[in-house]
Amino acid sequence: MWRDHLTEIIVFSLLFLLVSAMGFVAARWRRPTDMAHLDEWGLGGRSFGGWITWFLVGGDLYTAYTFVAVPALMFGAGAAGFFAVPYTIVVYPLVFLVLIRLWSVSHRHGFVTPADFVRTRFDSPVLALLIAITGIVATMPYIALQLVGIEAVLKTMGVTGDSALARHLPIIIAFAILAAYTYQSGLRAPALIAFVKDSLIYIVILVAVIYLPYKLGGWGDIFDAADAKFQASPNPNDGILLNGNNQLQYVTLAFGSALALFLYPHSITGVLASRNRDVIKRNMSALPAYSLLLGLIALLGYMAIAAGVKPLPGASAGSVDNNTIVPLLFDQQFPDWFAGVAYAAIGIGALVPAAIMSIAAANLFTRNIYKEYLKRDATAAQEANVSKITSLVVKVGAVACIVFLDPQFSIDLQLIGGVIILQTLPAVALGLYTRWFHRTALIVGWVAGMGLGMWMLYQVASPTRKHFGGSAFPLEKFGFDTPKTIYVGIVAVLVNLAVAALLTLILRAVKAPEGVDGTTPDDYFADEGDPRITPGVDRDADPAREPVA
Amino acid sequence: MAAPEPEAPTTARSRAKDHSPWNWLLFLPIVVPLIPVFFNGDAPRIFGFPRYYWLQLAWILLGVSTTTLVYQMTKKRGEH
Repeated sequence: MWRDHLTEIIVFSLLFLLVSAMGFVAARWRRPTDMAHLDEWGLGGRSFGGWITWFLVGGDLYTAYTFVAVPALMFGAGAAGFFAVPYTIVVYPLVFLVLIRLWSVSHRHGFVTPADFVRTRFDSPVLALLIAITGIVATMPYIALQLVGIEAVLKTMGVTGDSALARHLPIIIAFAILAAYTYQSGLRAPALIAFVKDSLIYIVILVAVIYLPYKLGGWGDIFDAADAKFQASPNPNDGILLNGNNQLQYVTLAFGSALALFLYPHSITGVLASRNRDVIKRNMSALPAYSLLLGLIALLGYMAIAAGVKPLPGASAGSVDNNTIVPLLFDQQFPDWFAGVAYAAIGIGALVPAAIMSIAAANLFTRNIYKEYLKRDATAAQEANVSKITSLVVKVGAVACIVFLDPQFSIDLQLIGGVIILQTLPAVALGLYTRWFHRTALIVGWVAGMGLGMWMLYQVASPTRKHFGGSAFPLEKFGFDTPKTIYVGIVAVLVNLAVAALLTLILRAVKAPEGVDGTTPDDYFADEGDPRITPGVDRDADPAREPVA
Repeated sequence: MAAPEPEAPTTARSRAKDHSPWNWLLFLPIVVPLIPVFFNGDAPRIFGFPRYYWLQLAWILLGVSTTTLVYQMTKKRGEH
């Protein structure tokens, strides 16, 4: 059956090979003096200007999975899936001032990860370890999900097989290539590829949102077709508008996701790679261009309804895989070569974030586990080397998740990922503003938020499953007499904050030792060309600055 | 870690750059897109888009113009 899609497969493969070549060449792009340093391999030399940062962070945050899953959600549930739009509007003003502080303090101290910052700020290796593990655990399933995006495309092109190995072989090859050039080029590889990825996505989506409404009878008809589908469905919570019961969930999910987005290690990696504070501020104004794109992509879900797309069968018998609707829509409505370009956009779109995420996870391991607990006197070259190898391990892990486990497991984990990464908010985001919280209180708050979050997620049922059925927690389980639902992450982080605040007051009263703050107030305002930066290897191995607790 | 003396003037200037009344404007695009009563309706439709969709997409403009304005108004106070 793959023979019917030959043109698509050829176009897809050619574009894929092109970016793979670019990935290897990237090592020479903006050639560093010394690649054997984590600043070079893991942060692209902290030198990216406005445009590169825009493509890199855009390609990083708006992943292939998003482009496949958001329209799938619109297709299945309607208006609730549109939360991605307010979410990605609210996030930029929210972090506008926070990120430049993080950039400045990291610039001056040579921090590579958020856990590095927490380590120095709160003088607590344990808290830093928790932040690092949280980041790694939240990122791993996210990488695996990028594979789900590629798989949806391959499935539509008929590239499947009977045995598990044959079905997954293309993905294994794709990830092996990705792993090889990430190993060689570090963050420069996704930065260079992001140009191709984002250009392809913009072209494909602009063509789609102009051509498809024309073909399907106009936007009005598309929305009416979606409305008719949801009117006919028995589910009370779908529709092209929100109802009284899911508005709170919609708003808290958008806000909670916005709070979580820049706590993810891969987002922070993209931010720290920029050259100065100005680059970040300008990008906070320019990145919403991707939100417009995402909003239009979301509406592809309704176009699929209007075009009568029937999703391909899912992994288990009787189920359907809604993630295939966007590839199918392109397959049905466009000439083969253009569908091939669209598929390549999704496929390459998976590589950029997967590369950055694996680099971010590898940096966390290197800086906050390897260097902290295994080899305290590691040189800069050893750090870079460990990070490169870890990035390989992380990708093998992600492929193994998809090949050996039900993909649903990765989707569940990613859902949990958003909730758990939010639990680092008090230490990382509030920590940038205040050291009021006691380090022990932050640890206990993290435990409380994490525990409550897991319990709540476990309690959420969906029509097909009893537990982990989503992130919309029914308030009636707290004893309220209401059918309303709320986003789990928000409740968990509020409890985390409350516990941390209360315990801080107690620990302060009993005069528990607080450690030494390794940062000074003006560290948070340092900019490019700052005279106080200690250059090179020294800043990583300065024992006087980071007292060992 | 004691701050060396010559740094002090730079520090004062950069702090002034960070604290500006313009920053309060950032609350606007954080709060407004999260109020469902504004956008949760069908009428009026624009180009066939129900209000729910066109208004939420329009908030993107609100976000962009606010962050741009704050960036422009706060950068002039610095030494650049």
